[in-house]
Amino acid sequence: MDLIIILQAGVASGTVLLFATLGEIFAERSGVLNLGVEGMMLVGAMSAFSVALSTGNPWLGMLVAMLAAGLLSQIHAFITIKLQADQVVSGLALTFLGVGISLVLGEGLSKAGTISLLPNFSIPLLSGIPLLGPIFFTKQSILVYIGYMLIPLAWYYINRTRPGMHLRAVGEYPAAADALGINVFRLRYFYVFVGGLLAGLGGATISLAISPGWFSELTTAGQGWIAIGLVIFAQWDPLRAAFGAYAFGALRRLILDIQGPTLLFSMPNPFYYNPYLGFFLQMLPYAFTIIILVIGSREALRKRLGSPAALGLPYIRGERGV
Amino acid sequence: MSESTSNSRRISWYRLPFHIRFEPRQEEPPSWYSIVISLFAILVALLIGAVVIVFAGGDPFRSYVHIARASFGSLGVFSDTIVKATPLILVGLACSVAFRMRLWNIGAEGQFFLGALGASAVVLIPLLPQDAPRWLFIPTMMLAGVIAGALWGFVPGFLKAHFNVNEIITTLMMNYIAFALVNFFIFAVWSERGFQMSPMFPKTAWLPRLADFAKQVPVFRGLTTHLGLIFGVVASVVVWFILYRSRWGYEIRLIGDNPRAASYAGINIARNIILVMMLSGGLAGLAGVSEISGVVHRLQSAISPGYGFTGIIIAWLAKLNPFAVILVSVLFGALILAGREIQPSGIPKMIQGVILVCLIASDFLIHNRVRIVRAKEEV
Repeated sequence: MDLIIILQAGVASGTVLLFATLGEIFAERSGVLNLGVEGMMLVGAMSAFSVALSTGNPWLGMLVAMLAAGLLSQIHAFITIKLQADQVVSGLALTFLGVGISLVLGEGLSKAGTISLLPNFSIPLLSGIPLLGPIFFTKQSILVYIGYMLIPLAWYYINRTRPGMHLRAVGEYPAAADALGINVFRLRYFYVFVGGLLAGLGGATISLAISPGWFSELTTAGQGWIAIGLVIFAQWDPLRAAFGAYAFGALRRLILDIQGPTLLFSMPNPFYYNPYLGFFLQMLPYAFTIIILVIGSREALRKRLGSPAALGLPYIRGERGV
Repeated sequence: MSESTSNSRRISWYRLPFHIRFEPRQEEPPSWYSIVISLFAILVALLIGAVVIVFAGGDPFRSYVHIARASFGSLGVFSDTIVKATPLILVGLACSVAFRMRLWNIGAEGQFFLGALGASAVVLIPLLPQDAPRWLFIPTMMLAGVIAGALWGFVPGFLKAHFNVNEIITTLMMNYIAFALVNFFIFAVWSERGFQMSPMFPKTAWLPRLADFAKQVPVFRGLTTHLGLIFGVVASVVVWFILYRSRWGYEIRLIGDNPRAASYAGINIARNIILVMMLSGGLAGLAGVSEISGVVHRLQSAISPGYGFTGIIIAWLAKLNPFAVILVSVLFGALILAGREIQPSGIPKMIQGVILVCLIASDFLIHNRVRIVRAKEEV
């Protein structure tokens, strides 16, 4: 059990959560809570694998995955923005729908063969940095590097650009944004779509790079829900989201690896000698999600930080809003 | 809806002789109207499902006919449908109670597993001797299961009430923890000779079935419907009474409709959050008891095809009405029963998802009225 390897693999598997979490941050910043992340990720993972298998081109698979999940997200957008339905229930419905669609269309896919994966490579100079080099820049999938670039870009876009300001305005005070001539409805559709694209990319990251293949619902195993929890923990900030996503990735990897060695800290490893304890290890990511939610919620109460003010509320023109 | 009027004016690349406009309804629609809309939504959902089945290489007509025949075709299969509907009634009620307070308990699946675990503990620890009489076994198992489910509901309720932690995610995370916990007991503690299941319960820990009375009533021969159905029906009446005839129910409904008004009225919201989550978890736990001692008779990991999640859809389709929950559960019981043999195997899950999406979309037609306006009238 090598700590460097755990962290290296943790960064890779954390990239899945990173994409999904960043996507949900965009959607929620515009005021639309989309609980359908798990469903969109599954549709993404299924279509990425399916397309890569039939065309032999994983890049095409990635593209189709993003578009498929983006398309699915627009159902939620239509129901909550145009039909003004409850965002919680609609998001749940989207998860059901996504799980169902991916199971139906992914039938038989798990035994269909192997695909060529997206390339892995090391970054020449950066991989030489002690400690950080092997963890972040050695033999990682190209999607992991795309993830690195997306974090500062997302932060800069939301906090420092004009469209980002519009995004925040639409989520905080849609009536005022509307009065300034910003099209609240169109922007919300757009950012829900962005959320879908990124959730689909997260799904594709699983099936094309991190743990290639299609394992029905176990492909995501609740990571879509963990991503929604991470958004709250991150307080809608991409930088904190990245930290959380990579930490979770490392935790997932640690759980796998800790059962291997016979000695742990030069003592007999209980997880090796009693493999049934592994069931308690399996609980850890979910238990940690609950714990970070408690921490995040307490911090939010203390600092008087809140979710985007209009989160979860449909915008109806002419009605007195928040 | 000035937004839609401006939209209809913008569409100029095709000209219809009429415009469709949506206007908010001023008066409450008649009660039959929402039922018609819901049925219409289900019909649309089945049509959409048919398209996807064709896309996946199946025959939708045959799939649907198969579902109908395999679930309502004879007394025997109808009895099996009722067996599938029994846990659904209880989880549907569990979700209805929580949703009425706008508390999103989507952890009914985990609470169901905990209920099953609690009931199994009575037999397997064992808390009661193997030859204990039935009248002692069944109430003890019920109590243990309800307590276990309520505990699983208590955790998210407590966190919501005192730390304002989002209950949607905590209840869902508790599901995954419940699965792992039950697996631990199946594999490590109560495994029968290394198999991934516990030993069979003694007959006295089984809920009586209709077939047990075949000697007295010959028609009952082979019918699998068990006492759990009575739990479900009684629970419906109790939940209805709590929600609509008790002071507590009044508080629950007031918090659900207007939490601010409720808090001004001096209602303790934090306490109600915890209590309702425990009631909800207890009902889902009872569903687990009913399934484990009425159908499976041993603890194993495949005791639920997602009952807890289907409960969410049932609650919504029943418009949170405890009696409508029974009816809707029978329909979904049919879907689950017949769906087991349909290929591809994900179809029942997908149809459930499509139904829920259509249902939520159809609510728009209840709150708004459609007016078809002739183009000339609109200036």
